[in-house]
Order: sequence, then C-alpha cells, then structure tokens
Amino acid sequence: MSSFVLQAAPQAETPEPDYLTEGRTVGSWLFTTDHKRVGILYMLTITLFFVIGGMAATLMRIELATPAGDLMSSPAYNKLFTIHGVIMVWFFLIPSIPNVLGNFLIPLMIGARDVAFPRLNIASWYIFVFGGTFALYAILSGGVDTGWTFYTPYSSTYANGHVIAMAVGILIGGFSSIATGLNFIVTIHKMRAPGMTWFRLPLFIWAMYTTSLILVLATPVLAITLILVCLERAFGVGIFDPTLGGDPLLFQHLFWFYSHPAVYIMILPGMGVVSELIACFARKRIFGYRFVAFASVAIAVFGFLVWGHHMFVSSQSVYAGMIFSILSFLVSIPSAIKVFNWTATLYKGSIRFDTPMMYALGFIGLFTVGGLTGLFLASLAMDVHLTDTYFIIAHFHYIMVGGMVMAYLGGLHFWWPKMSGRRYPEVLARLSALIIFLGFNLTFFPQFVLGVMGMPRRYHTYPEEFQLLNVLSSAGASILAVGYVLPLCYLLWSLRHGKRAEPNPWGATGLEWTMPSPPPRDNFASIPRVTEVPYAYNAQAAETEIRSEEAIHV
Amino acid sequence: MNVSLTGMWQLFPSASEWAPRMDILFMGLLGVSLLVAFAVAVCIVVFGIRYRRGSSANRTPGDGSTMPIEIVWTTVPLAIFVALFVWAAVLYFKMARPPGDSVEVHVVAKQWMWKIQHPGGRREINELHVPMGRPVVLVMISQDVIHSFYVPAFRVKQDVLPGRYTRQWFIPSRIGSYHLFCAEYCGTDHSRMIGTVTVMHPAEYARWQETGDVGTSMAAVGRGLFMSRGCSGCHSSRSAIAAPLLDGIYGKPVALSDGGTVIADEGYIRDSILLPNKHITAGYSPVMPTFQGQLGEEEITQLIAYIRSLTFKPETSP
Amino acid sequence: MSEHATPLAHQFEEPVQQQEAATLGMWIFLATEVLLFGGLFLAYIIYREQAPLAFSEASGKTMLVPGTINTAILLLSSYFVANAVHLTALGRRREVVLLLLEAILLAMAFLIIKGFEYHHKIEEGLFPGANFHFAGTQARGVQMFFVLYFAMTGLHALHVAVGATILGVCAVKILFSRYPARLATMVDVSGLYWHFVDLVWVFLFPLFYLISHRS
Repeated sequence: MSSFVLQAAPQAETPEPDYLTEGRTVGSWLFTTDHKRVGILYMLTITLFFVIGGMAATLMRIELATPAGDLMSSPAYNKLFTIHGVIMVWFFLIPSIPNVLGNFLIPLMIGARDVAFPRLNIASWYIFVFGGTFALYAILSGGVDTGWTFYTPYSSTYANGHVIAMAVGILIGGFSSIATGLNFIVTIHKMRAPGMTWFRLPLFIWAMYTTSLILVLATPVLAITLILVCLERAFGVGIFDPTLGGDPLLFQHLFWFYSHPAVYIMILPGMGVVSELIACFARKRIFGYRFVAFASVAIAVFGFLVWGHHMFVSSQSVYAGMIFSILSFLVSIPSAIKVFNWTATLYKGSIRFDTPMMYALGFIGLFTVGGLTGLFLASLAMDVHLTDTYFIIAHFHYIMVGGMVMAYLGGLHFWWPKMSGRRYPEVLARLSALIIFLGFNLTFFPQFVLGVMGMPRRYHTYPEEFQLLNVLSSAGASILAVGYVLPLCYLLWSLRHGKRAEPNPWGATGLEWTMPSPPPRDNFASIPRVTEVPYAYNAQAAETEIRSEEAIHV
Repeated sequence: MNVSLTGMWQLFPSASEWAPRMDILFMGLLGVSLLVAFAVAVCIVVFGIRYRRGSSANRTPGDGSTMPIEIVWTTVPLAIFVALFVWAAVLYFKMARPPGDSVEVHVVAKQWMWKIQHPGGRREINELHVPMGRPVVLVMISQDVIHSFYVPAFRVKQDVLPGRYTRQWFIPSRIGSYHLFCAEYCGTDHSRMIGTVTVMHPAEYARWQETGDVGTSMAAVGRGLFMSRGCSGCHSSRSAIAAPLLDGIYGKPVALSDGGTVIADEGYIRDSILLPNKHITAGYSPVMPTFQGQLGEEEITQLIAYIRSLTFKPETSP
Repeated sequence: MSEHATPLAHQFEEPVQQQEAATLGMWIFLATEVLLFGGLFLAYIIYREQAPLAFSEASGKTMLVPGTINTAILLLSSYFVANAVHLTALGRRREVVLLLLEAILLAMAFLIIKGFEYHHKIEEGLFPGANFHFAGTQARGVQMFFVLYFAMTGLHALHVAVGATILGVCAVKILFSRYPARLATMVDVSGLYWHFVDLVWVFLFPLFYLISHRS
C-alpha cells in the first residue's frame, strides 16, 4: 500500500465536506452527477424492490405449506410468482452489485474522479425508476400472470393482466442497464489512473467489465423481443403465435439469447466481490489472478452460446441440443476454476472471519452447490426429467440468492464503512450472516429433492406426498426472512450510532482505501499513480504485526 | 429398514425402462458433485482452521509456479465433464428415436386438460392407460398454449406445442398408477392440469381397449370425417376436380411444385389440411380451401389416422 | 451529449481522453443497436426460410421507385454529414450548419416518402392484423412479410427521426457557439450515429424491396 501515492490529509479545523455532506438538500441528491451518490440512490431503490419481491416470495411459501390452495386462488398465486420473478430479476438482481457497488467503486478503484459520462449515469437511474414505476403500475392495477419468462403464445394471446405495461417496464429498465453497461466499459477503458494496467485492476473491475459487455450486447435483444410480444398482444399480428402464422420457439430462442447471458449478469459481479473479500481476509494475493480474470471473460463469451440448454424438451433439434449441452459443460469450467482459485487463496493465508468473509465463504459453498447442480441440467437426458421442476428452482436460487445476494451483502458490509463512514455492529452482523446461511439452505435444499421427486414448478396446489419437504422449505423461508431483516435494521442503526470508520478499517489494499471514509466529492485530490500489482497482501507480515500487537498488550 | 425403503420407493417411483438408466446417470452426476463439493468444503474448513489469524502454521510462500496446478484443475474437470456429456447425450438420443413397433397414442392438450385417443378408438381425459413392456409413443399437440407432458415415474417430459406435433416414447416397466403433470406453465389452472398414468398387463390392456365407449377406431372416425367434411369430394378417383389421391401416401416422399420434396408425415398432412398452400404437390393447382377453424385438433388426428390407414388394409392399425 | 464539449468536464484529465471516451461510447452504443435490429433480422431469416415463395410474392408488393429514391436520399445525406464532420474540425461554421440542414431536409424527405408508402400499404389492406387481406394462395406468408416490413422499417424510421433531431441539435449548437471547432467531437459522434442509420437501410432495402422476381 505504501506504493500508492497518498495525498496529504488536510489539517483543517472543520473537516472537509465528504460526498454525503457536500449538499444536504433533496435536490442535491436528485440532481447529483456524483457516481457515489448515484450508487446510493440505486441502493435505496433496489432495496425497495427487494422488499416487494421478498414479500411475494413469502406469500408463496406460506401458500405452499399445504397441498391445497387454501390461502389464495390460482390467479393470485400465478401473479405472485410473476411479480417475484420480474421484480427480483430485473429490478433487484441485475442492478444489485453493478449499479450499487459498481457505481460506487469503479471510479475509486481505478483512480478516476467519476465515471466517463456522469449525466448518463444519473439518467440511467431515472430511467430505471421510470421502468420500475411501470412494473409497479402493472402489479398494482391487477398484476400479470405470465411468469417472468413471458412464454408465447401464452403471454401474447392468452395471459391475464397488464402484460404490455409490465413488458414496457422491463424494456425501459433495460435501457437503464444498457446506459450503465456502456458507461462502465468506457470508464474502465479510458479513465484508469496512470500505471493502472489491465493486470493491475482489481478482479472486481474485471467482473464489472465483463458484466457490462453482457449488459450491452444482450439487453437490446430482450428489448426487441418484448416489443414484438407487445405488438402481437396489442394488434394481433402474428409473430410468435402459430395460429397467426408465427413460431413460438422463436420467442424462446430470442428470450434465452438474452436471459441466459443475463444469468451471468447475475453472478459475475458476485464473483468479483468475493475475489476482493477472500484476498483481503486471507491476507493473500488471489491465487492465479490471471486465470480468475480470464475466467470472467470466458464466462461472458461462452455465456452467449448456451441459451438453447433451456430448450432441451421444447422440440428443438437433438443436434442443436447436443451442441448447447457440450457448450454448457464448457462454460462451467471457468466457474470451477474460480472456485478452486479462491480455495487455494486460503492456503497459507492469515484468515480472519469478519462478516464479509463469512459471506464470501458462504458464497463459495452455495455457489459450488449451485454450479454442480447445473451439471445435472446441462446433461441432456437428465434435464428431460429435471427441467421445469423444483430442481431448477433450487439450482438457480443457489446461484442467484446463495451466490449473488450473499456476495452483495458481503460487499455491502465490506464497503459499508467507506460508503457511510460508519462501522456496523460486528457481532450482530456475523449472527445474521449465519442465520441467512442456515435459512437459505433449509429453504432451498429440500427443493432439490422435490424436483427429483418430480414436483413441477409454478404449481399452486400439489399432491400430498410433496408436503413434508414443502413445509421444511417454508420454515426455512421464515428464517431467511429474519436473516434479511436484521441487516436492514442494524445498517440503518449504524448510520447514526455506528462507530466512525477510519479510512481503511480492514487494512485492505486498493485505491478506494487510500481516501477518507466517506470519500470527498471528487475522490482524489490528485490522480494517483499505480506502481504495483493488486492484492499486495502479505500473510507473514500480517502475522508478525499481530504478534507485536499482542506483545504490547501483554 | 424395510419400511423406510418402501417409503423411499413410493417417493421416487420408477416405472419405465428409462428410469433405471436415468437414475444411474443421476447417481453418476451426484457422485462427481459430492466429490467436488466435499473436496472444496474440506479444503475451506482445513485451511480456515489451520491458517486462522494468529495460528502458528507455517506460512512461508511456496516458490513453484501456479501453472501446473491450474492446468490440472482445468483439464481434469474438463475430461470428466466431457464424459458426463457423452453419457447423457447417448441416452437422450435413444429417447428421441421411437422404435417402429410402438403403440401409438394421441394426446391433445388444452387449457387445462389432457385429451387422449387410443388407436382402437377408446378416449380418456386426464388419464392414460398403457401396456407394460411394450414401447408406447405419444403423438402430442396443443390446442392453445405450450404445455408439457411429464410423467416423473417414467422420467420423461416433452413440451406440447400448438401448431406442430411432438413425440415421446417409453416402455412401461411396472404395474401401477403414476402422476401425470403439466410441466410448462400454461395459465390459471396449470397446477390442476394433472392426471394419472396407469400401467397394465398387456392382456388386461387389450381387454381394457375393448371395453368402455369403444365405438369405432380413430381411423374409422376419420373416415367418417373424410366423407362428411367433403374431403372425399375431391380426393377420390371419381372426382372431377384434380386432387392428389391419398392412398398409400403416408410416410412417402411427395414431390412439390417448387421442386422440393417432403415426407408425408403427420405434420405435413396437418399443414395440408389447415394451410393447403404451404406445400403444393407437383402437378396440381392450389385450389384446396383451408380448414382452419373448422376442424379441432382431435378431428385432425382422426383424419390423419384414416389417411394413414389407407397405406395398409383399412382395419389394421397397430 | 454536451459533456463531450470542451472545456474539460471535471472527471477527465485531458481533452484526448474526453474525446476518445465519447467516440468509444458511441461505438458501443452502435453495437447495442446492431443487436436490437439483430433480433428482427433473425426473425426475418427464419420466416423467409419457412415461406420463400410468399416473401418473394410480397416483395413484389413493395414500391421499388420510392424505395430506391429513399436509398439515394440517405446515401446523399450521409455524404453531407461526413463533410460536416470534416469541416467542423476546421471551424467553418456557416458551411457546417448548411450541410447539416441539408441532411435534415433529406431525412424529412425520407420520412415523408416512407409515410406515403405506409399509407399506400394500409390502403391496400396490407397492414397485418384484423384488416389484412391479400388475394392469393400465400396470404399467411405475405402477412408475415408485412409484419416484419412494418416492424423493421418502422423501427428504422424512428431512428431516422432521432438521428435528424440529433443533427438539428448539432446545427443549433454550432450556430450559437463561439468556437465551433470545439464541437468537433459532438458532430463526429452524431455523424457516426447517422452513418449507422444509413447503413441499416442499406440492409433493409434489398431484403424487402429486391427479393421478388419482378418481370
């Protein structure tokens, strides 16, 4: 860290205003172009959407505690899982790490004063809110019962509710994703500080770069697909409905051409965060830095070539199925490489189990389960039995909730002192990390078994032999809910009552830790010059430091 | 012990010849997964304890290159994954190719029920009776949205699409009743689009086919439609209008006016009834009217069964 | 777009960085546009493969002369814009504004001709949906052709309108700027967008107008 050029701390009487205090009016937030404030605005918005999506999930789990449909009607249940899927995918997961942590951290980590296009950045938040408003309107005015996948001809001809409003909301939200992705790519290309070469970038930046590539290249395809669904629904022109001369499989191809890469939008950023956390709390340089970096690129590229593995029983050609299957196995290799490298990073480290590290280790475990169960689904014959059952549900929740949400919470705790200038209560935080881990597994592990038994997804009622496992899952969901409410409470509490944070509470490397917490408006008084590889940690030195501290205390 | 095994058996019934093969594949995948997950978990726990901050473990960095181990943990999983891929793909291929001598059952899916027609003429709703030990092919089509015909005990699932026929096949291997689910979300009562598949002794199945409301075979019903809907007015040697004769056409290549050929399978015949101008037989003019909206999917399958029966002697359908 | 203008925005260190960022941003944006149209091109390929005769027959129903004129119009407008980009860097305000105005007029002519074509198609009953009618054996395929025709040329026309607006903003800014040469990056990037819009049409024109066996 000594190799970073640190600006001399100004010794003024009154502290320099930081990005939080440099303007205190609502207007100063709504018209901000500061990437850090945009990140905070996104954090508030997606937390709201997380609560909405989470409440939908809670109601579903309560309903599924019994085999009969005794709490709500089928249409209500169908609308709930649609709300849950749409809100969680497009209005929480996709913007979660990229738009909150990415916005806040990318300029800090690469040594820039802001993103390349700050006004586009705040515009993307407004676009996102606008799209979200459409989605909320669709929900409040009666909901939509298509499922988040909008399969045609159901969505375009038969579905109930405001499909068009919902699709337009997602479409608008998509433009916000494109704006953000574009901004990040240009920022990472053009705004790096002198000496910040590609292989000196933190792995979080590599993850954000590859995520942005996917955002920019996949989202337009979703846009055009949703436009076509709207056209078919509004005007009865045949594009996907076979009775009107269309082909319903074309929709699935277009949708998954977007949505499979989108799955990687929902995991690559998490991998980036975990790389930062593991290195910091093991006090070691990431094992195989270049392999981990290139694995992100490989995932982004291969991710575009595997969409057909969602269609093994859709009647697509068996030869196409074979190609998509082998490519799906291949795309799992870079993910496996990452898991192995993280694990190897722990070897001969000096490991501390602070809250962010607990989330990171939880991530590795849950992501490994999610990834390995993905192999079952990539296997052609096995997928015939398991697709569209609860096995799929469990699999992608292990990736998206066990992976992305764990990483998001880990990252939030790690950078919370930087973002808020306050420390959170450590004991409570570790406890809630543990509750989330246990609650998560109790919720979703039984669903693997349900899937193998053959319980189809999106079932409002189900045969009685599935009840035991469903009750377990619902019980787990209630624990998980407690685990999610806790951080919400104590993080809010810490804003006022938390201990003030030093510039670098974790003793971490990286440019963001060289500035005060919270950082000033323009980040760097003078742009730093980078002369060293990232993660210049030294486990032995860390141990020696502890010994000497102990010696003093004794 | 015995009780719990029976309990397990009821939770994961296995009733087709696919099921044991699929289950071995599942065990293979599970074995690989457990091995990897266990290895990762052990490493994390051991490293976590041994190298916790303040422990006295040796932390002298190794001096070797990371390249060899990176290559090992890239190539070894790759080899295992390719093997798994081949294993699963071979089985998938077998599942995609029905044998010739199968019992053919027609399935029409609609919101929210399964309508089943047996070749002998017996019909059922949300129930399917099949003989044990004989290959059964389901020829399926949807009247509205996409559905998916899923029998967990058989380990088979196939989407049922509007506008085109899809097939799946299996050999039932155990007497009993099993769940039938719709696995592709299809609207309000998706979770009630369920039914029962009953596997019977072949002899019992033969008896079953004879009982109930077995009036006429599918082909015979189709013959009636062929007359009453006016098909026979043109597709007949006595007709004044030049229309192709349909005897023996099923399964044969048909020359088209644009120079191509197409095999006269179910999809082709269905297209020809609903979209007569999609494929024009060489030497004929496109004068046939469309029957879109006038014939239901079940009637179309009956007509196809009739046209198919013209290949052989009329009363012998399998 | 205005943050590309000098003086240097606070987040940049030097003008070259600012200019390169703007240009790279536009190229990435154009990549998203390619994929937006890409979905429609894929649909076109699939449905034309399914009904080649119908597409050929339907293509005969498009209006070749207005289509050709429109192609020429867009190519000419791109030429004007290219010149404008070149001259902005030299600070020649009057010529640049004139060239941009000419390009905008051409864009409007394009839209008017397009509107005339649409009107004609709708009168003929070729707009897909409930009122579609086509006397012939290939009505279904013809309808699909016109679904794609209206979707793709409509989306393109929207881009023409947006592009003309962007050129208009450039013209106004240059007109009132003290140092027009400082706006070179803005005009450069807007020009890129305009050339893209032009290029899309170069693909649409043959796919819709030139695939019939006109005798």
